[in-house]
Amino acid sequence: MDEQFAIEMLNITKIFPGIIANDNITLQLKKGEIHALLGENGAGKSTLMSVLFGLYQPERGVIKKDGVEVKINDPNDANDLGIGMVHQHFKLVECFSVLDNIILGVEPASKLGLLKKDEARRRIVDLSEKYGLHVEPDAIIEDITVGMQQRTEILKMLYRENEILIFDEPTAVLTPQEIDELMRIMKSLAAEGKSILFISHKLNEIMAVADRCTVLRKGKYIGTVETKNTTVEELSAMMVGRNVNFHVEKKPANKGDVVLEVEGLTVASKVHSNDAVKDVSFKVRAGEIVCIAGIDGNGQTELVYGITGLEPAKKGSVKLNGKDITKASIRKRNTSGMSHIPEDRHKHGLVLDYSLEYNLILQTYFNSQFTDKAGFLKRKPIREYADKLIEMYDIRSGQGPITATRSMSGGNQQKAIIAREIDKNPDLLVAVQPTRGLDVGAIEYIHKQLVAQRDAGKACLLISLELDEVMDLPDRILVMYEGEIVGEFNPKETDEKELGLYMAGAKRRAVQDEN
Amino acid sequence: MKTKSSLLRNNAVQSLICSLACVILGVFIGYIVLLFINPNGAGKAISAVIKNFFFYPAGPARSKYFGGTLVKAAPLVMCSLSILFAYKVGLFNIGVAGQYVAGAGISIYAALAWQCPWIVCLLLAIAAGALFGAVSGVLKAYCNVNEVISGIMLNWIGLYTVNIILSNVKESASPYTNNISSFNSEAILPTMGLDKLFGNNQYVTIAVPLAIIAAIVVKIVLEKTKFGYELRATGNNKNAAKYCGMKEKRNIIVTLIIGGGLAGMGAALLYLTGMEQWSCSQSSVPGMGFNGIAAAFLGCLDPLGSLLSSFFIQHITNGGGYVDKTMYCSQISDLISSIIIYLCGFVLFLRQSINSRLSRAEERTAEREKELAAEAAQGGDK
Repeated sequence: MDEQFAIEMLNITKIFPGIIANDNITLQLKKGEIHALLGENGAGKSTLMSVLFGLYQPERGVIKKDGVEVKINDPNDANDLGIGMVHQHFKLVECFSVLDNIILGVEPASKLGLLKKDEARRRIVDLSEKYGLHVEPDAIIEDITVGMQQRTEILKMLYRENEILIFDEPTAVLTPQEIDELMRIMKSLAAEGKSILFISHKLNEIMAVADRCTVLRKGKYIGTVETKNTTVEELSAMMVGRNVNFHVEKKPANKGDVVLEVEGLTVASKVHSNDAVKDVSFKVRAGEIVCIAGIDGNGQTELVYGITGLEPAKKGSVKLNGKDITKASIRKRNTSGMSHIPEDRHKHGLVLDYSLEYNLILQTYFNSQFTDKAGFLKRKPIREYADKLIEMYDIRSGQGPITATRSMSGGNQQKAIIAREIDKNPDLLVAVQPTRGLDVGAIEYIHKQLVAQRDAGKACLLISLELDEVMDLPDRILVMYEGEIVGEFNPKETDEKELGLYMAGAKRRAVQDEN
Repeated sequence: MKTKSSLLRNNAVQSLICSLACVILGVFIGYIVLLFINPNGAGKAISAVIKNFFFYPAGPARSKYFGGTLVKAAPLVMCSLSILFAYKVGLFNIGVAGQYVAGAGISIYAALAWQCPWIVCLLLAIAAGALFGAVSGVLKAYCNVNEVISGIMLNWIGLYTVNIILSNVKESASPYTNNISSFNSEAILPTMGLDKLFGNNQYVTIAVPLAIIAAIVVKIVLEKTKFGYELRATGNNKNAAKYCGMKEKRNIIVTLIIGGGLAGMGAALLYLTGMEQWSCSQSSVPGMGFNGIAAAFLGCLDPLGSLLSSFFIQHITNGGGYVDKTMYCSQISDLISSIIIYLCGFVLFLRQSINSRLSRAEERTAEREKELAAEAAQGGDK
């Protein structure tokens, strides 16, 4: 064998009850390369990484480091072998400084047990200069940007002299500018001889930064390709198993009356003493999709809570079809024409221990259609209604209406929520990250449903973190930064770079709500 | 193979198997403890615990003491219903003991001091229990006070208040309250001829069928009604309940009111039979409420399961009375039944492990079938 592999996972098979999560997967990471691991949700990427970290033991297959077979029983073994990982959700102690987080677990101490931070600081400064990773060692984690938190995570790996660096969906939380910065850092790390495994489902990023790419689909190994010899289309076909239409087909918007009018809305924050939403005003008309874009955590969640009534408004007003609903109960809002596809389908959208049919009537169970005068649920109509929605919205499940919702796949759970909310025939559909964590096929389906609602004359308020979705789906884009709307855009007249500047707070402009 | 595994997957079958396994394990450990204390009498003692009323050879005596077990099982059923009802809504109603005490206090006082008929005493007991539940509920809903904390506080408040109040109607020579059957026979629950069925055991009253009816009603309310749908949704996922506009605060309060009412009614079902008198000097909360927790879990949190588990727990508790006191101290019966009750908590754990084992076995058979099929295909090629 000519080539030098830093780490090899050969013929890995991992079986869980009811599912083969990894079926004979081989992944070979060359020294000094950036290797992408591509696959939809549920393709087996996380399982494979957990095997590499010793969290799971594979049923079959071996792991080799530098050509020598190794046994990884727990994360400590992985750490000893020089394998480090930046998780999608950072594992940092919020109230510690950058320096403290980096040395956490490998604290340099004197014989008396006193910390020797000066030495650590010197090493960290050296490392950050060498790789162009700008951090402030004494800043507290909760005060710094997400980008700097990520650089802290990277420094944590470098400080431990890890040779194999794994990045798990690292760009999900970054602005376009920060993504460029990260790509540059990854390349410089690879140039210094580090081997990088880059887990992602974003094809453009893989094409931009990776040397080779291994594709998984439904637990199976599909192939490994050189990125310079392939195209985005080819990769996506490998990932999904068919050709995918990335572009959302839609007719020009046919706008009607104002359905939702938000004026001067202010919502308090649960985490800090500042308001999460500050004096926000905008309108959504019938027949249009308005998208609130922004980096995660800039008040989008709280804005939705204020509109849907999950949190009280501190100031300002919300009007639905001209009627003031600022103080109305959630039930009142739900029954007077508002539907809400929540951000977190497990937290708000579903009662996971209920059957599918019970979840499908979550917003309507109290209607005479499903409850008789004595307060008993009507079994037959509920079953028939569930059968109808399952058929119409192609919700797939093991046992139809009586399937435990917990056992369904994420995509089908989301379809169930969408079926329930759309079938209510709302005037306003508030859809918060409706495609989060779903595979390409399901995303395509959900986008079509949203466009169909818009064409049927409904008002749609979309909240999205995915730039592709932001550029493709809406008729208008409002960018939110630190609780304020800092710009309004026509998706045809803007691009991701421009949006990025507004999302990062580098620019702002007056919002003229056209009428 | 297929039918066997699906039978094991069945909820009711699983519940039964696990509950039985816990009972057997509990009896076994109880036996070992007895062996340590005094090896000579262990076998006899444990069989006495299990036999309970079968201790008596003849028919009438047996059915009389069988009736005695039923009488005390009825309030236990009510307490376990109270626990499981709240549990379905995500609340741990440890205040059940206090609610039970409140029910006992008011029903005895109304019977003796106000000479009320039994139906009034029963309704007052339900109201008193519900009031205690309401206090916990309001504190939980509006001030976010954990219902376990407020429940435990109320247990003690209830106990001492009832002791003070009932001191007005106690026998002058003892700490016990006056005998209801001699002071106000109107307040004794009617037997409707049930006493005849159980060897003229005068304490077997409509309390027993009432407890069974209560269990059925609780089951129907939880599983078939809009109200139950809301309550269980709130218990399973209170964020989703809020999201779809359910009034979670109201639901919390109503749940604890109903739970309290059930516990209060349980107390009336015992004290209005005249079988027991309240001791005004007792300084610990009656165990009935706490045993209700065990009964609820042993019954796999199903109202009908509660009927069986409550009877069983009362059965071994009564059986403990037949242990030879010359070999073991008198607390031994409580110890043995506590061990068994304690192990009942493992029911849910056992269920989980059965399920994961089944899944693994199914996986393995599927694998094997696949391999066999592959081999067969290869053989065919040759």
